[in-house]
Amino acid sequence: MSVLVFVEGLNGEIKKSSLEAASYGSQVAQAMGTSATAVAIGEVHEEALARLGEQGISKVLYDADDRLKQFVADAYVKVIAKAAQQESSKVLVFSNSNIGAAVGSKLAVRLNGSLATNVTELPKMDGGNFTVTRGVFSGKAFAQVNLTSDVKIIAVKKNSTEIISNAGNTATVEKLSADLAESDFAAAPKETVMQETDGGVLLPEAEIVVSGGRGMKGPENWHLIEELAKELGAATACSKPVSDIGWRPHHEHVGQTGITVSPNLYIAVGISGAIQHLAGVNSSKVIVVINKDPEAPFFKAADYGIVGDALEVVPKLIEAAKALDK
Amino acid sequence: MKILVCISNVPDTTSKINFTGDNKEFDKNGVQYVINPWDEYALTRAIELKEAKGGSVTVLNVGEADTEPNIRKALAIGADDAIRVNAHPKDAFFVAQQITAIAKEGGYDMILMGKESIDYNGFQVHNMVGEMMGIPSVTPAFKLDMVDDSTARLEREIEGGKEVVEVKLPFVASAQQPMCEPRIPNMRGIMTARTKPLKVVAPVGGEAMSEYVSYSKPEKKSGVKLIDADNAGELIKLLRNEAKVL
Repeated sequence: MSVLVFVEGLNGEIKKSSLEAASYGSQVAQAMGTSATAVAIGEVHEEALARLGEQGISKVLYDADDRLKQFVADAYVKVIAKAAQQESSKVLVFSNSNIGAAVGSKLAVRLNGSLATNVTELPKMDGGNFTVTRGVFSGKAFAQVNLTSDVKIIAVKKNSTEIISNAGNTATVEKLSADLAESDFAAAPKETVMQETDGGVLLPEAEIVVSGGRGMKGPENWHLIEELAKELGAATACSKPVSDIGWRPHHEHVGQTGITVSPNLYIAVGISGAIQHLAGVNSSKVIVVINKDPEAPFFKAADYGIVGDALEVVPKLIEAAKALDK
Repeated sequence: MKILVCISNVPDTTSKINFTGDNKEFDKNGVQYVINPWDEYALTRAIELKEAKGGSVTVLNVGEADTEPNIRKALAIGADDAIRVNAHPKDAFFVAQQITAIAKEGGYDMILMGKESIDYNGFQVHNMVGEMMGIPSVTPAFKLDMVDDSTARLEREIEGGKEVVEVKLPFVASAQQPMCEPRIPNMRGIMTARTKPLKVVAPVGGEAMSEYVSYSKPEKKSGVKLIDADNAGELIKLLRNEAKVL
């Protein structure tokens, strides 16, 4: 009956979003009076798996099948379903990533379960109801949803759960084998290409994001955004108009029809704050807006603001960031 | 090639979101409905493939009669015919069951839709349909081309990179930019859309797996603290010492 958490690896370590899912899962387990088990797939160091004890995980099931190094939905689903069966799990927790939500959707069909993605809070369990809160209307609202099936599958929105860290606790690591067939790999990718981050931070995992809009006046000024991001340990992003005119690649576009981010700090430089852009960033914890137009709508959604020309303000911020004790 | 494109009917991106009836219902008052922007990528790409390779594009919506203006709009953009499953789309599981029933009956080569709807942000239906039909689902894809008559090549976004996937027909895929430049209807399209077939069918049995009980809105920001541009460096200090995010 343990709560089962699917954790994703990146370069041998556990992704931050999966540490959040593990923390979420162990809190649900505690509320239900049971333990939390994690299932890991692919290339993750055993020490990193054992360290999941710090997030309250007691046991990790690990399938080290070489073919699972890259994401193949059908094979991943089979491994997780096997773990769920072995643990008799009724609650499954994922990160709301492209991988987590995909696998969660398929498992919902296979296990006849209730699925909630984009979940922002721990569930309320009372009177036989199991109710989660999830983000809807592109960040403009939340919905409270009863998961009515016996099996409940939750995909947790990034950066909405504090990571628990009970230093020194370790989880036991057990091997798991799901007896995968060749046919489970029919839709395996031909090729996987990771972005060159240039030593920088990946946007979906970033705790700080520096984002530029048309107020940057041209791609030749983007080094300012990159430099400030580098000083702050941030990822870079941009507004839709900027990616539409080709100053920046599409995968950096943040907003309603781009990437949704929810970092601790979002710094918007030269972005006016159209409602579609706000939808992609409004669950950021702290928002800073730099814009030369004091009437820019973004200021209404901001915590801190500077009215001024981006090209004059950003160098001052870089200078101040350099002076910080790191 | 027979392509099925699933569209949902959603509040326009500029809509103010409010709730009525003790926060139990979405307030439709004054809200303009549009084709879900993500679905427009799927629709336009399907039409482009049809123009290049021949075949047909059928639009499918699970919704009540008030979605028909947007179904007609999809026909005006270039779909050949449409099916509306006459039901309130209760949740992703319910919608996926309806799509699966139509898709099985129609024998489509490709089932396309947007990566998620901008109202319920589920990112679920495409993978559920793939699983229910036992065919691959490639999501979220930003590139879709045919390699030969029976194989498609897609590029899919993963966190921090992309994957190139080749799949045999039939398959499910969800679309996102920059797959294509979404089209808008022209006058001729609007005229011909009026006479294109729109079939209304009853839903298949199938239950929802979740129940929406209430809604809430995010807390309002308490107001912006402005820092003088000449003293911009002060902001960095505030972010460290006051907001504690650096």
